[in-house]
Amino acid sequence: MLRRLSTDQPEKFNFTKVNLNWAKAQLKKYPKGRQASAVIPILWRAQEQEGWVSKPAIEFVADFLDMPEVRVLEVATFYFMFHLKPVGSKAHFQVCGTTPCMLRGSEELMNVCKARINEKQHSLSTDGSMSWEEVECLGGCANAPLVQIGSDYFEDLDKSSFEKLIADVEEDKSPVPGSRTGRFSSEPASMTKKYSRKKSSSENASIERFRG
Amino acid sequence: MATRKVKIDETIQDFDENLTIIQACELSGIQIPRFCYHEKLSIAGNCRMCLVEVVGGPPKPTASCAMQLKDLRPGPNGQPPQVLTNSEMVKNARKGVMEFLLINHPLDCPICDQGGECDLQDQAMSFGLGKSRYAEDKRTVEDFDLGPLVETHMTRCISCTRCVRFTTEVAGIDQMGQTGRGEDSEIVTYLSHTLDSELQGNIIDLCPVGALTSKPYAFTARPWELQKTETIDVMDGVGSNIRVDSKGNRVMRIMPRENHFVNEEWISDKSRFVWDGIRVQRLDTPFKKINGNFVSISWEDALLLASEKLKNGKTTFVSGDLISTEALYAASKLSEYLGGTKVLGDLETRCPLDGRSVYVGNGKIEDIDNAKNILLLGSNPRKEASVINARIRKAWLTGTAVYRLGLEENLTYDVKEVGYSFFDLQSFLNKMSSKKSFWADTIFLVGYSFLNSKSSDSALNLVRSLVERYKSKFLVLHPNASAVGALDLGYEVVSDVKQKFLGEATTIYNLGCDTLPLNQESFVIYQGSHGDKGAVSADLILPSTCYLEEDGIFVNTEGRGQYARKAIQPPGKAKENWRILRALSERLGFTPSYLDLNGLRSALFKEIPFMSRPGEIIEVPWKKVQKKRELVSKTPLASYVKNYYLSNSICRASETMGKLAKVRNSINFKKAS
Repeated sequence: MLRRLSTDQPEKFNFTKVNLNWAKAQLKKYPKGRQASAVIPILWRAQEQEGWVSKPAIEFVADFLDMPEVRVLEVATFYFMFHLKPVGSKAHFQVCGTTPCMLRGSEELMNVCKARINEKQHSLSTDGSMSWEEVECLGGCANAPLVQIGSDYFEDLDKSSFEKLIADVEEDKSPVPGSRTGRFSSEPASMTKKYSRKKSSSENASIERFRG
Repeated sequence: MATRKVKIDETIQDFDENLTIIQACELSGIQIPRFCYHEKLSIAGNCRMCLVEVVGGPPKPTASCAMQLKDLRPGPNGQPPQVLTNSEMVKNARKGVMEFLLINHPLDCPICDQGGECDLQDQAMSFGLGKSRYAEDKRTVEDFDLGPLVETHMTRCISCTRCVRFTTEVAGIDQMGQTGRGEDSEIVTYLSHTLDSELQGNIIDLCPVGALTSKPYAFTARPWELQKTETIDVMDGVGSNIRVDSKGNRVMRIMPRENHFVNEEWISDKSRFVWDGIRVQRLDTPFKKINGNFVSISWEDALLLASEKLKNGKTTFVSGDLISTEALYAASKLSEYLGGTKVLGDLETRCPLDGRSVYVGNGKIEDIDNAKNILLLGSNPRKEASVINARIRKAWLTGTAVYRLGLEENLTYDVKEVGYSFFDLQSFLNKMSSKKSFWADTIFLVGYSFLNSKSSDSALNLVRSLVERYKSKFLVLHPNASAVGALDLGYEVVSDVKQKFLGEATTIYNLGCDTLPLNQESFVIYQGSHGDKGAVSADLILPSTCYLEEDGIFVNTEGRGQYARKAIQPPGKAKENWRILRALSERLGFTPSYLDLNGLRSALFKEIPFMSRPGEIIEVPWKKVQKKRELVSKTPLASYVKNYYLSNSICRASETMGKLAKVRNSINFKKAS
């Protein structure tokens, strides 16, 4: 996929105070003069802040790490995880299209995306709130098909549950991540109901911790 | 240096264990095909063309450019490791690599400027499969604008990244890179900026395919039609070794020749692209100024007029910056006969430069490589000697510290500022004077901005006394090609004396100097190749050859006499410089001892043995420093600024240089990278 910077660019980029402090702390991990090694985490933080990596962000990162702009551009264009175009303001759906998900119906999910968001990947919905793309294996094959939004996985989807998910996002309902068929994690789908052994208190605590 | 026995094909040899396989093969005379590997650049290992078989190594071919000899495994009984460069595995590997490289390479050799000198073409012929099994669509890549010098055809690019590595490592600009990945990877400049370097032309030579070609040369000639003349460049004082390619009587392009001691394998853009200036603005017949207009006259009349003017009154000969030493010698002999004076046009120093150890020094360009500290005193090597600047950068990359006295300009490497005036220099020297180890591995590079400043004589004495005491190196960076030759011949440089000479002269014989202040009183004879500032102010113009049209000796900034050879014929009635001066001498009743150039040279060598051995530096005894004084002057060093791309009459005639000056001088040399 040929990746270029978006033609539509914001004026400038600046880290929020929290992110700036975080980024400064990251630099301390590297020996002096080697701060350019932090380019991926810093770029990633910039993307988390803005949703995508803009030209001012690239220049900001280059300046922050004292490295040539073109080196940051090289990194940003190399890794598909960096979005070079604006993504949906509410959510960017990353639909896994690799074999297990495809066998479990991810193509249907993509059809939903095409119908509900945009015919084309990496393009915004009409109101600019959503966008989608097909990604390679998200590593959640046991709960295929799945969709990633930010750092949350939404698993065991089908057409209707995915439409519900999109609708929830649209209405700012902050849907709960996880399985849409009631599975706790990746246990066999048929075992969900049989899993009724009384949990020990320590087990409960660990589950609560995990969920919390 | 630990050595290692390695068997390459059938011969066992000892090598430095730090060599890579490709270097060892080269040493034993085996040529390994390659695209991305280049001796002067870092190792990328991405073209895979240099694959060889390592016996007992992994059961797959090894990239010989990226494998060091010390990493090779010995045989099972401790035999030396064996490398096969022509086995069945290697041949197959090369075929396979060629096939992959050609998948996306267009079959446009007939319309490609690289055709005939293309590494890809040659290696496809030698190592390729002979036909393609690829039937799918080929990739195309958008071209981008690199400015007026380098033309791009990025579809032809095989992503060897030599251009990226050259611009980053040698030229010191961070503009080029490779974006994207896999099939979509492409070479770009950041936001399509044009390149901001005076060495960018070298990426044309480095590109193994026709992706980066020369814009001014585009579609004008094929390499096999060109006559190649090996000569010397005169655009700066470095004396870069060049090869001039001419077709008929036209110079089509200029390429570098490798000379490790002088220019390695790079030349500056000015040296490379100035050739279009040789064709235009030429003085092709003698001219006489009548009522402010130039009227062409015959050589006969011109010489008659000149000899009349020279016979009576006082004559001062002025040396230009592009004139060969032979002509300067002929002029100096004539001047002796006439009882006249001779001055060097471009240098306005207050410092008597007597003796080669003063105006050249004891250093060589190659000493920069091994110096631990480099002191730039009133010199901007980026503008005055771009190739030397690349060398300083190379040293800087390996940890050499660079100090600078003078203007703050971006030199493509970090410098430690000493200050602006001789006073700053004095306090720096006082601070460092106790550190003996600092000075032992130090090279001083003294520029014209230093020499032209007030009280530069005491400053130079001070520097030279340090050099004397600590055995450091000292080299004067002359920005002009003729300067050292003229100084060897005793042309005057001290500005007061110069002014006096020029003021007294009734006739000024100008040998191609365009920076001479106008003097209405005296009669000016201009002998030169281009109708430029100098010619305009003349009363009589004698047309002569330029540096590519006559044989000549040019002594470079480190005192290395190098022989330039004639590549093309001069236009019209223009004559060789020394020949004009000899003819004129005879008219004046002075018959020089020589009849031809060889005779002139042997007379010259008898007087000045420095340049008798071509390409060599003849060391001269060090002239002891006489007096030493404290430096107190707080005046900033005089600026010696020439418009880099328009610094001499040939550049000013060149269209390419004009374009470059327009594109680059505005942004040039300012922003620190």
